[in-house]
Amino acid sequence: MATRTGAAESHANGAGRAAGGSAIDYVGVSKDFGGGGRSAVSEITLSVAPGRFVVLIGPSGCGKTTLLKMTNRLYEPTAGRITIDGTEVHSLPAPALRRQIGYVIQQTGLFPHMRIGDNIAVVPRLLRWDKARVAHRVDELLDLVGLPPAEYRHRFPAQLSGGQQQRVGLARALAAEPSTLLMDEPFGALDAITRTRLQGELQRIHRRFGQTIIFVTHDIDEAVRLADEIVVMRDGLVVQHGPPLEVVTTPADAFVAELVGADDVLRRLSLLPVGSAMRPLDRANGATGAALPAGPTVTRSAALRDALGTLLESHEDHLTVVDEDARPIGTIDLETIQAVSGRAATGAEGVSPHADVLRA
Amino acid sequence: MDLLRDAVAYVRDDPERFRRAVETHAQLTLYALGWALLIFVPLGVLVSRSARAGPAIVSAVAALRVVPSLAILFLMEPLLGLGFRPALIALTALAGPPILINVDAGLRGVPGAVLENARGLGMTPSQSFFRVQLPLALPAIVAGIRSATVEIVASASLASFVAVRTLGNFVVQGVTTGNEAVLLVGAASITLLALLAELLLGGAERLVTPPQA
Ligand SMILES: Nc1ncnc2c1ncn2[C@@H]1O[C@H](COP(=O)(O)OP(=O)(O)OP(=O)(O)O)[C@@H](O)[C@H]1O
Ligand SMILES: [Mg+2]
Repeated sequence: MATRTGAAESHANGAGRAAGGSAIDYVGVSKDFGGGGRSAVSEITLSVAPGRFVVLIGPSGCGKTTLLKMTNRLYEPTAGRITIDGTEVHSLPAPALRRQIGYVIQQTGLFPHMRIGDNIAVVPRLLRWDKARVAHRVDELLDLVGLPPAEYRHRFPAQLSGGQQQRVGLARALAAEPSTLLMDEPFGALDAITRTRLQGELQRIHRRFGQTIIFVTHDIDEAVRLADEIVVMRDGLVVQHGPPLEVVTTPADAFVAELVGADDVLRRLSLLPVGSAMRPLDRANGATGAALPAGPTVTRSAALRDALGTLLESHEDHLTVVDEDARPIGTIDLETIQAVSGRAATGAEGVSPHADVLRA
Repeated sequence: MDLLRDAVAYVRDDPERFRRAVETHAQLTLYALGWALLIFVPLGVLVSRSARAGPAIVSAVAALRVVPSLAILFLMEPLLGLGFRPALIALTALAGPPILINVDAGLRGVPGAVLENARGLGMTPSQSFFRVQLPLALPAIVAGIRSATVEIVASASLASFVAVRTLGNFVVQGVTTGNEAVLLVGAASITLLALLAELLLGGAERLVTPPQA
């Protein structure tokens, strides 16, 4: 993750510093709420490497929220062990643990009686930062999430739009520079345009600081767009865990196939971003900032479907994939797109197409 | 108009008598309010935390409210005799229900998701209570205090029945002697005092209410 943080961004004052991410491990974690029903979460074992953006997805009631809340001990597991960077979460007092973990929920997240600045300052104040540092940090975060501090610092949550409130929720979670972020359907209540914009902001923040993020959603498009890894859950179990490309092109079973709409080639192509299927540029080449090759380009977050359109239109044999700052990072051609679109036709065959693409 | 002139004349005639009545009335009100807050706010907090006993206690207290103020005063009389203390106790008891009920309702009204979020950010139970739950319950609590205060101001008049010379004395005297001017002195001052309390606490209520969406 460190390689993602450009030198230009690491100026001294916090906002530019890479917080880095924590490793989170779930070992045989179960949660039984009693009452005789099946467990909300059943013996889940899951490893999340530092700095990964992991998206939990699955039908309502499958245990996503439960798993998330056990991570910051809002719920206590009935069995199993959860460690963050090797330290068992139970070895810390719960409030101390939670102050190190960013937590964002859908709506209602902000405290309505506190001004925006005070909402963002909650955790720093719990950590007894001095006044000047808190004030500085609040403004820094408002800038980071695109809300001019002078205009928003003194407002109350009710005086913000839903999207702005969710930005503040994100800023508050980031306040004490946590290395882990837990997000429970943070954009679930927003309209499509606002949601897309906030997803972009979150990606930008993740690239810059490299936190480990566990993100719950119902929305497969959101999952594919954001995730380094998708964890598909059902009935308290993990049914598939892999990179978006793999989950979409090689669904583990009929349930996952239906979730990702695997029998629809165009759907799949519009789901997957170019970045998930491209041939990466040779690292040395990219690092020296090789001149942008002539010819059509496509950003890594664009859908494969758009890339296909551009490719066919341009009559070129490949497109250059660029990142958000228009730096070339890879190429994509008809063959790579076909590798992805053809995969589903053959169904779940157990070979990771991701590996294929990387080998190609 | 004559009536008004007579009333003013009555006050002017012995300003000290009027001043003392206002003072006693205000004092009785403030003391009763103070004791009621001291006793019933913490009680309300306790009640709001009990899932089972809480609602039962609240309905019992709400039922008690139908007992008229006058009855409470008279009930106290054989027990405690005459004077400031029994009047104070009766008024404190009178102020209890609106405070207790609103503290309970206000605290329970804070959504569980908000409190869980407070814990999720790393607040201890007491931090979550004092920084989130209590401030969010304040509008309801202040509303309870406001109605309790108005009730005390009005009922303090009845203290004249246990020989405390409040503004109620003028009312009683006016009624028994058929002197409407004296009656007006009492009634108008009590109304003004009640209005003042209403105004002040209404302002406080607005002050603690965060802007709504
Ligand atoms: N506090 C609780 N007490 C009892 N049962 C609970 C509790 N929280 C969750 N459950 C149960 O555990 C199961 C998993 O719930 P959970 O909230 O984790 O689902 P979810 O995947 O987050 O669903 P959704 O997508 O609807 O948010 C459900 O059957 C739910 O009824
Ligand atoms: Mg949930």
